[in-house]
Amino acid sequence: MDNEQNTKGAQEPAKPKADVCPTKRGKLELSEVRDMLTEKKGPQYWRTLDELSQTPEFEEMLHREFPRQASEWEGGGTSRRDFLKVMSASLALAALSACVKQPLEPIVPYVRQPEEITLGKPLFFATAFPMPMGAVPVLVESHEGRPTKIEGNPQHPATLGGTDVFTQASILTLYDPDRSQTITYLGDARPWGQFLNAIRGPLNAQKAAGGGGLRLLTGAVTSPTLAAQIRDFQKLYPQAKWHVWEPVAHGNARAASQARFGQPIDTQYNFEKAEVVVTLDGDFLSSGFLGFHRNARQFAARRRPELKEAMLRMYAVESTPTNTGGKADHRLPVRASEVESIARALAAQVGVGGASVNLQGEQAKFVAAAAKDLQSKRGRCVVVPGEHQSVAVHMLAHSMNQALGAVGQTVIYTDPIEAAPVDYTASLKEIVGDMNAGKVDILIMVGVNPVYDAPVDLNFQQAMDKVPLRVHQGMYQDETSRLSHWHINGTHYLEQWGDARAFDGTASIIQPLIAPLYSGRSDHELLAMMNGQSDASGYDLVRKYWQTQHTGLDFESWWRRSLHDGLIEGTTSAPKTIAAKGTAIPAAPQSSGSMEIMFRRDHTIYDGRFAQNAWLQETPKPMTQLTWDNAVLLSIATGKKLDIKTEDLVELEYQGRKVKGAVWLTPGHPDNAATVYLGYGRDNSGRVASGLGFNAYKLRRSDAPWFDRGLKLTKTGETYELACTQGHQNMEGRALVRAATLEEFIKNPGFAHEMVEAPAPGLTMYAAYQYKDHKWGMTIDMNSCIGCKTCVVACQSENNIPVVGKTEVKRGRHMHWLRIDTYHEGTAENPKSYFQPVPCMQCENAPCEVVCPVGATVHSAEGLNDMVYNRCVGTRYCSNNCPYKVRRFNFLLFTAPVWDSPQLSMLQNPDVTVRSRGVMEKCNYCVQRITHARISAEEDNNRKIPDGEVLTACQQACPADAIVFGDMNDPNSRVSKMKAMQRNFGLLEELNTRPRTTYMAVVRNPNPELEPQQKREEHASLAVADAGKGV
Amino acid sequence: MQQGPEEKTITEERLLPGQPATLAPGHTLGSITDKISWVVLRRPITLGWVSGFAIAFGLLMLLQLAIGYLLFRGVGIWGINIPVGWGFAIINFVWWIGIGHAGTLISAILLLLKQNWRNSINRFAEAMTLFAVACAGMFPLIHTGRPWLAVYWLFPYPNTMGVWPQFRSPLIWDVFAVSTYGTISLLFWFVGLIPDLATFRDTAKNPVARFVYGLLAMGWRGSARHWKRYESAYLLLAGLATPLVLSVHTVVSFDFAVSILPGWHTTIFPPYFVAGAIYSGFAMVLVLAIPIRQFYGMKDMITERHLDNAAKVMLATGLIVAYGYAMEVFFAWYSANGFERFMMHNRMFGPYGWAYWMLIATNIVIPQVLWIRSVRLAPFKLFLVSIVVLVGMWMERFVIVAVSLHRDFLPSSWGMYVPTRWDWMTFVGTLGLFFTAMFLFIRIMPMISIFEMRTLLPESKIEEEVAAHD
Repeated sequence: MDNEQNTKGAQEPAKPKADVCPTKRGKLELSEVRDMLTEKKGPQYWRTLDELSQTPEFEEMLHREFPRQASEWEGGGTSRRDFLKVMSASLALAALSACVKQPLEPIVPYVRQPEEITLGKPLFFATAFPMPMGAVPVLVESHEGRPTKIEGNPQHPATLGGTDVFTQASILTLYDPDRSQTITYLGDARPWGQFLNAIRGPLNAQKAAGGGGLRLLTGAVTSPTLAAQIRDFQKLYPQAKWHVWEPVAHGNARAASQARFGQPIDTQYNFEKAEVVVTLDGDFLSSGFLGFHRNARQFAARRRPELKEAMLRMYAVESTPTNTGGKADHRLPVRASEVESIARALAAQVGVGGASVNLQGEQAKFVAAAAKDLQSKRGRCVVVPGEHQSVAVHMLAHSMNQALGAVGQTVIYTDPIEAAPVDYTASLKEIVGDMNAGKVDILIMVGVNPVYDAPVDLNFQQAMDKVPLRVHQGMYQDETSRLSHWHINGTHYLEQWGDARAFDGTASIIQPLIAPLYSGRSDHELLAMMNGQSDASGYDLVRKYWQTQHTGLDFESWWRRSLHDGLIEGTTSAPKTIAAKGTAIPAAPQSSGSMEIMFRRDHTIYDGRFAQNAWLQETPKPMTQLTWDNAVLLSIATGKKLDIKTEDLVELEYQGRKVKGAVWLTPGHPDNAATVYLGYGRDNSGRVASGLGFNAYKLRRSDAPWFDRGLKLTKTGETYELACTQGHQNMEGRALVRAATLEEFIKNPGFAHEMVEAPAPGLTMYAAYQYKDHKWGMTIDMNSCIGCKTCVVACQSENNIPVVGKTEVKRGRHMHWLRIDTYHEGTAENPKSYFQPVPCMQCENAPCEVVCPVGATVHSAEGLNDMVYNRCVGTRYCSNNCPYKVRRFNFLLFTAPVWDSPQLSMLQNPDVTVRSRGVMEKCNYCVQRITHARISAEEDNNRKIPDGEVLTACQQACPADAIVFGDMNDPNSRVSKMKAMQRNFGLLEELNTRPRTTYMAVVRNPNPELEPQQKREEHASLAVADAGKGV
Repeated sequence: MQQGPEEKTITEERLLPGQPATLAPGHTLGSITDKISWVVLRRPITLGWVSGFAIAFGLLMLLQLAIGYLLFRGVGIWGINIPVGWGFAIINFVWWIGIGHAGTLISAILLLLKQNWRNSINRFAEAMTLFAVACAGMFPLIHTGRPWLAVYWLFPYPNTMGVWPQFRSPLIWDVFAVSTYGTISLLFWFVGLIPDLATFRDTAKNPVARFVYGLLAMGWRGSARHWKRYESAYLLLAGLATPLVLSVHTVVSFDFAVSILPGWHTTIFPPYFVAGAIYSGFAMVLVLAIPIRQFYGMKDMITERHLDNAAKVMLATGLIVAYGYAMEVFFAWYSANGFERFMMHNRMFGPYGWAYWMLIATNIVIPQVLWIRSVRLAPFKLFLVSIVVLVGMWMERFVIVAVSLHRDFLPSSWGMYVPTRWDWMTFVGTLGLFFTAMFLFIRIMPMISIFEMRTLLPESKIEEEVAAHD
């Protein structure tokens, strides 16, 4: 404003002196204008201003160069002394203003202040993040119209407020500067109108011919509105076909349900009642698994050792080490193809399935124990097959769950949430066949990238080339869009209207938080165009659809309520009782070759759709802690046998196709098998995604999409550097994670305190500081933590944590304020794994505070260890002296992309400083959230801040509810109660740092038959002796 | 400069049989002045000097490049990371400041102890101190993330916000210790120069040189009153500098000892750091003295006696350092603390084990050859041993700083430290700074104290003193 006025003033022609310093009479002063305006109320306000601006007084005031006080110069003789005084003052002021770089842009406040917006106070809107396995209902934090942070929706029954890594990171995709920003025709930018003109003719021709040459290819559709639109589309073009392709979702589960029930169904698990869980390669605790959020929450609740004997016990048969297997009490690493024989043996022992399979040694013992346990907990047990397991394994799991009385108790069958629950591979095969046969004239691809991720033997790209008109809609210019004629830039879910179902069937309305940044077109709008409603807005489409669905009277209030709550009441899928039709288990396939290849969706970039998301790229993958690349996972023994080391570049040859990838030797991986993760090896797909890892899709065939024998590994002699955030996963005999078995815990609940000698509090000459108001604290339940890394991304999003890139991660400079340390214990073939989230401990005796020379890290009156970024000069002494190494340093200007990109600067949380180069930073318990709560409490008659009002970002995001934060001064707060529990211990408390973040010790629940107590005690005493030696 | 056979220098008389003299016989008051001032005032610039200076100056330019890029990009150009937050910068800082110690020790402590032999080496040893402190003093500043703020926020300056440095931090003690040391060293060196500068003023032919030296000589006329005041000032400064020799490195060692990191948190650090400092300082004195006496013909002033004495000091301080290492190992075992034991084990057999054994070899094993008298008297061998000790003392700081940091309490956060080319450029660049300054110094200042050398002559002895010795 000021600038604007100044420029205006400068452009005015010089006025006679008298005018510059006019006399008071007849002139308007600023304060008078303000008074005039405040007297008027409501709509008059603006009219008055208009009128006002016409008056000569007002005009004159606008054009006056000097403010009111300038009139003092008039008339009275100004002494030389006064003049010098004022001049020196203004010189000093000028010098002051020169200290800070002033923004060059004119700053304009709201002309019309929108209702409900208070500057500086965020608003939250409910919406949903669509994923093929079910949308994730979310609340989005919006600062003055720009969304900045995704939170889970705690009201939603499907997720209970939990989120996952993809959801947390989805906000970065919104602001990704590399998103597709315009409609293109053969790579050249075109306006929407031109696209309409170009497509109108061919579409009309199709309409006349019944649409026989028209094909629609989409991803999994869970949106009721889109499904209705596609039904309309099919009515309009009766011969047109709709195909669905998802490279990794659902896998074989659907084929199995088709075989068993004669119809597609979704299988949900209810761990609320489960006491024994057996997974057959089912990683139900990994982001992207159907029902992940609820699984995690319920699993964690059942794992509380305070349940004593009713505590859940988990057996995992696993082909690749996952965090799910890491949580299991017993883990059996086998190759993916061997899971089936174990499933058969297990089924035989619980009394279903065909002939038993003879297993040897450890496998036999494992299966026998698991079967016995399952049978003793009928109705309170569950068998979970993996999405990528064979149809036979799924069928066997269905049979076992049926036989064990789990169906209806811990296993719930529902109708699929998807509108077209087809077999994706078959669907894709069909369209490829049609294209090859020249039957396809127009191919519309919505939100898919089949050129990149279709099975390689289908030769999708060649088939697609035969289609005369190819249209692609998506958020990115990708492999498919570059080979299409038209590319329509799609919308992000935060900039479009829509709807989607969560995994339990509950529908949510997707409401936009911001207008499309690049005027993209949503899938709804594209479909509407083809249906002949080219000017229909997404809002109208969605609203109209739900108007047809709503039966009650008052649609408007129902609509508002549904938007507000983020879910539509009564849309949850009802549990289905359904009789098995076919129970014949397909015969085990015969496979040759010794080495097995196993394809998996990536833990952080899913099927490749998040490859351009730098937060997800930099999130360490669970178990391996790798970032920025996929790797060929091999067991340590296999590596030794083939003389391959970690980071060796090997050539994978499978069915005549070759790909080169770097090896990562992984403890707990089965021998003679290699796991490859999908989603990497993108080219020309954005600055983040391109050039990372290798493309495993190039080996993936439609007949063996998940695993097969016949892999050949050849050393190339080259190496490829991988960036891992935790190079050392051995605890070195230190009591960092304190674990016991359930039996030991019941006998000795305070076991965690016997492992190290912590100095008793009060062994000091000085009186302890008295915290008068609040005394914040945190507990992390390691028994609940499933190592999914959602908290890591949530923290990154909340606290404007920069991404550093692969090279800097390799150098050990990643910036995550919260990390999840993963430790292995035991043998390299089958270790036990532990997950330990490590934020700042906010030590009472903080070693960092005493060594900072400038006092940039200080203890607050509420117990936090605050960072004063402005004061930090970056000596890094604090980090050296921090035994937990939770401090992160801006070695370079890591926030440069934020400064350089207008999009990314919109992403930043305005409550948190964007740190510059040379500054130390670390977790501060989301102090901005505490401050928000404190201010609102103070405004509100100094009310107390109730427990649970301040949730840290990690706590809010955690699907397993492992993190509890609150006021330790309040004895009834959750955190106080947790801290009073006997499992509570402080990490490295023997150093007398007195950490404020404490942990709940791990209690495992092994089957005594598989892990005899005595043997373990020996092991434990060995570990203690090792700790004493320290080497 | 022939001398009659009956004339002997007094210092020679006090020597044991076979021991070399502090000043070779045959010098007079005039010959000393001539010889020392000849280097500066009349000796032509040789190719040797020019090429040496060019190399050193080239390295100095490299330093400028390295620091320029550092200021432009940030400390991320170095190899430091989390957990190894301190790397070459701090290693170099401790190394240089250690080297600086010998100068003050020679000029102050040996003066107070009336060790006359110091007179021929104290001047350039002091210069060495000054330049080493300049090299060292640069590092604490440039190693910070935001040096433009650190340069004044580390000092307690009064300000309206009432924000002060955090006085509990050893880094603040460092600021005071190093800046005090730098100031006192500069004063001591300059005060010591004044009579010689006056000599130069009086002998220089070049009017510009006469003017400059005259300005610096501050009106010295050599009157008895001047001398009286001068002597007491010099003695006072020596008294002030003496505790600094011990305190500076003690405070530097606090940077480590005050922390809780295994490998740093040790009570033995102060004495063992001071001993190590003197050890490396004397090594650097020898590295400078041996070529100087060779190329500038100063063998009669810097005699084998000096080499012998310096080697003995090295041997003694080296043994103290060895004791320190032994105690570190003992403490690790005796503490029964798993972290301490692991630290020691990791030092010896971890990924940087080679650095530890190199340190033991260069700092303890090889210098034991100094027990042999012929090695102490052989300039070239002594030169090599001194270089080895300098390398060893640098390795010691590497082991303490980087190796302790790279594996501490939580194995999840362990890392490795690999210096980058910018680390090396900065290190080599400070050598450039040091030797550039040194080359300039020997060409423009009296590298050996003229007036103090004169006091070694028999004719400058007071009669009673002579009598007392007879």
